[in-house]
Amino acid sequence: MSTTLYDKIWNDHLVDQQDDGTALLFVDRHLVHEVTSPQAFEGLRNSNRKVRHPNLTLAVADHNVPTTDRTKGISDAESKIQVDTLDTNCKEFGVQLFGMDDKRQGIVHIIGPEQGFTQPGTVIVCGDSHTATHGAFGSLAFGIGTSEVEHVLATQTLVQKKAKNFRINVNGQLPLGVTSKDVILQIIGKIGTAGGTGSVIEYAGDLIRSLSVEQRMTICNMTIEGGARAGLIAPDEKIFNYLKGKPMSPKGENWEKALNYWNTLKTDTDASFDQELNLNADEILPMITWGTSPQDVITIDDKVPNPQSESDEDKKNSIERALNYMGLKPDMAAKDIKIDKVFIGSCTNGRIEDLREAAKILKDKKISSHVNAMVVPGSGLVKEQAEQEGLDKIFVNSGFEWREPGCSMCLAMNADKLKPEERCASTSNRNFEGRQGRGGRTHLVSPGMAAAAAISGSLDDVRKYQN
Amino acid sequence: MQKFNTLKSIPAYLPIVNIDTDMIIPKQFLKTIKRTGLGKNLFFEMRYDDQGNEISNFVLNQNPYDSSKILIAGKNFGCGSSREHAPWALLDFGITCVISSSYADIFYSNCFKNGILPIILEEEKIKELSEYASRKEEISVDLNDEKIVYGNNEIKFDVDPFKKKCLLEGLDDIALSLKKSDKIESFETDLKNKKPWIFND
Repeated sequence: MSTTLYDKIWNDHLVDQQDDGTALLFVDRHLVHEVTSPQAFEGLRNSNRKVRHPNLTLAVADHNVPTTDRTKGISDAESKIQVDTLDTNCKEFGVQLFGMDDKRQGIVHIIGPEQGFTQPGTVIVCGDSHTATHGAFGSLAFGIGTSEVEHVLATQTLVQKKAKNFRINVNGQLPLGVTSKDVILQIIGKIGTAGGTGSVIEYAGDLIRSLSVEQRMTICNMTIEGGARAGLIAPDEKIFNYLKGKPMSPKGENWEKALNYWNTLKTDTDASFDQELNLNADEILPMITWGTSPQDVITIDDKVPNPQSESDEDKKNSIERALNYMGLKPDMAAKDIKIDKVFIGSCTNGRIEDLREAAKILKDKKISSHVNAMVVPGSGLVKEQAEQEGLDKIFVNSGFEWREPGCSMCLAMNADKLKPEERCASTSNRNFEGRQGRGGRTHLVSPGMAAAAAISGSLDDVRKYQN
Repeated sequence: MQKFNTLKSIPAYLPIVNIDTDMIIPKQFLKTIKRTGLGKNLFFEMRYDDQGNEISNFVLNQNPYDSSKILIAGKNFGCGSSREHAPWALLDFGITCVISSSYADIFYSNCFKNGILPIILEEEKIKELSEYASRKEEISVDLNDEKIVYGNNEIKFDVDPFKKKCLLEGLDDIALSLKKSDKIESFETDLKNKKPWIFND
């Protein structure tokens, strides 16, 4: 029978299947961070259980770490306890940890691929919804809760039910200045934040194949914002080249064996999907979010919606609530939205290509005098690479702050946060109420758009700055 | 895990769609290393003002909803972050049943791991039940019979049979899976032969 890529990975990891469809799935790779793991390790300790495969588990502290000078440690007492607890737990249970002073430290979804821990055809989980990022490598990767983290630590398996197959085909070519961030924002705008609920999305089409590995990660990363369990892309030569020689990638004879297997990882041509969506890349424009849900997208040429033109009562209320929170007036032009802060970073857009894209716009320019802007590289290795390329100097010369790696203002668990009513152009993934700080207002954009907004002082069209 | 069987309570109604887990429990409370104590911070930003005083028109700050065990909410409840702190906060507040027309996948699954029953009903039925909330009348939930009884009416709901069994009996997922250790072991042996690079040893 013809099968999809998701079907193949699923079938290849079935340890057991009950008559009611409940399955026990083997987990090849488990990423752990400090926020969603303490209660799981505590659970193991209370029941005298061990980590079944410490060598299939990799831990890093990313949510709570300061992005300023780290020589003084973490000043927030609770953040420090959580990071220290991860350290203690990893030592006790024999799990490899990249500590705060390790240059390999960074956002969990950036270090996995960087180390070659992330591999095609694997099942990868993490107590973090943006685990979908790793699907860019043709793995089945998804976020889990803390009880499930404990389950995976104890059994190296997970209780799951099969999701539906949903394929999104993107064909054509992106216009200049339009990026994979705009593609995924466009997709979420079309399907809505619950559009993918109960499904695994496979991204396909010639545009997707033309994207670099890092651009693919941006798309898969925000799959969860469309409600889907996971998002994945069939692996190809770009993926194999990316992984070759990475510290945790297969070596020697194993590399050849792995490559043979990885080459089989694709959806059969006549496989059927429960749902399909086709998009034309040529029609995608630079996107922004105006509201408090990632589905609240418009193009930079558009106006903010007017609740009065909405007939559905729920939608109307929801628009009114969002406009009120965001401090925006109906029908105002996107380009008239004045910003206070710019954040470039996160597991969505904190990789080297993202920093290059923003730096290209910022070169020899100054950011607006009323804007406070920062770049938080996704990992110590991204930071090092950027510094070798001189990107840090471009950012600093333009007026940006150049920070240490971590999740930072994507969710504002550390000291980096918005004040009430402050408005931010952010390359992160969520514009929920209070996400970047209580009362803070977030507009999700691509790295190039964030750079353009920093220069203009208002949301602006990145295409203006393309040479 | 606490068993779930039947439940009777005046429901609280929160008529907002796409309630995300950041709204249910904001990030500053994720720094805990415990599962308990989050109830007072449930829906923190809607519940308290900048000075930390209760916002009186927020439903969970009003009597009798401040002791509701059932929460009725708009569609796509629990979207966003995977934080299990969201169901922990609901549970700690005393809410053990949520009723909505749809849920985000991870939140839905997290509920069952914590003895919380998330019920899916059609929008119309949600509106009907919400009237019981505004009239401050009790409704009853019966998991075994998969029904909600309100006034002289009842609504049937569906729940996955395995998840239902686990909730009714308060079963520990890990213990159940470890009963399949022989299957896990034979899978691993097979994996080492077929894909030696996975274990990298």
